[in-house]
Amino acid sequence: MKQSDNKVLSALKVAFPKTVPIMTGFLFLGTAYGIYACTSGLPPFVPIIMAAAVFAGSMEFVAVDMLVGAFDPLNIFIMALMVNARHLFYGISMLDKYKNVGKKRFYLIFGMCDESFSINCTAEIPDNIDKGWYYFFVTLLNQIYWVSGAALGALAGSFITIQLKGLDFVMTALMVVIFLDNWLKEKNHTGSAVGLAISVICLLIFGKDNFIIASMALIIGVLTLLRPRIEREESRK
Amino acid sequence: MNTLQMTVMIAAATAATMLTRFTPFILFGKKTPQYIEYLGKILPGAALGMLVVYCFKSVDVTTGFHGIPELIALVVTVGAHLLKRNMLLSIAAGTVVYMLLVNFV
Repeated sequence: MKQSDNKVLSALKVAFPKTVPIMTGFLFLGTAYGIYACTSGLPPFVPIIMAAAVFAGSMEFVAVDMLVGAFDPLNIFIMALMVNARHLFYGISMLDKYKNVGKKRFYLIFGMCDESFSINCTAEIPDNIDKGWYYFFVTLLNQIYWVSGAALGALAGSFITIQLKGLDFVMTALMVVIFLDNWLKEKNHTGSAVGLAISVICLLIFGKDNFIIASMALIIGVLTLLRPRIEREESRK
Repeated sequence: MNTLQMTVMIAAATAATMLTRFTPFILFGKKTPQYIEYLGKILPGAALGMLVVYCFKSVDVTTGFHGIPELIALVVTVGAHLLKRNMLLSIAAGTVVYMLLVNFV
């Protein structure tokens, strides 16, 4: 019992500092989302339940607009598929890492938002730390931050006036640093360079609302074409 | 919309989101084809690159501040990270600079 307590606690201690920027961003954005949902006319429990069940920030903002519109479950289903299609890439990237973590696996996949994916995918976990519990706490803490923010905004929104313009940049800075850190560590930059370049090109061509699906298709296409070359380079090492 | 209709809508959004998260694991979790294994190794960098662009997607270079605050904050974030390699410090530096720029400049 003592042994396993230690295993869990030490994973929490290593995981928590990694989530501090997300705590800042999620409490801020979550509060903004809770306020937005309620001022749009939804009852407070709706944004809170969505924060816990859907747990995909940008989709939740879209869902607020759809929930104050007409009843159309098929439309919101298709919208969620498109907005969240990028998760498919995360899943393929995490197949191996989330393999031997026992029952926690289901929750890790359920809670795989952009931020939990980025942290867990690039984590360098010390050997004496249990990987499964580390992934678990990163995911759980992030979800706690987001749901708390949403609840705060939904329930206390009328008492809060947010005067922290620009704080949302914390999420952008987090992604930039994670990408950069990964770039500095990886031996082969092909994947990163292709992902970045194609996404920029697709954003310019298709615009901010439509570029993700096109980017994903092109990235898969280009990386598939490059496979023989990359595998040849890998085998030479 | 009544409560039941809202519940159905939220359930639909949840189901679709979970479909995007679980599908790779359901299809390839037990036995991973070599091609998917290759993608699993090369995609993380590509996904992170796409996410970075995703974060900047709403920056409009044609109006307002023309994306200059974002560009400066990006340079500060990257510069701080190349100098110190401290994640929290780099994120804080970029965010503080950005907030100063959009609030006081």
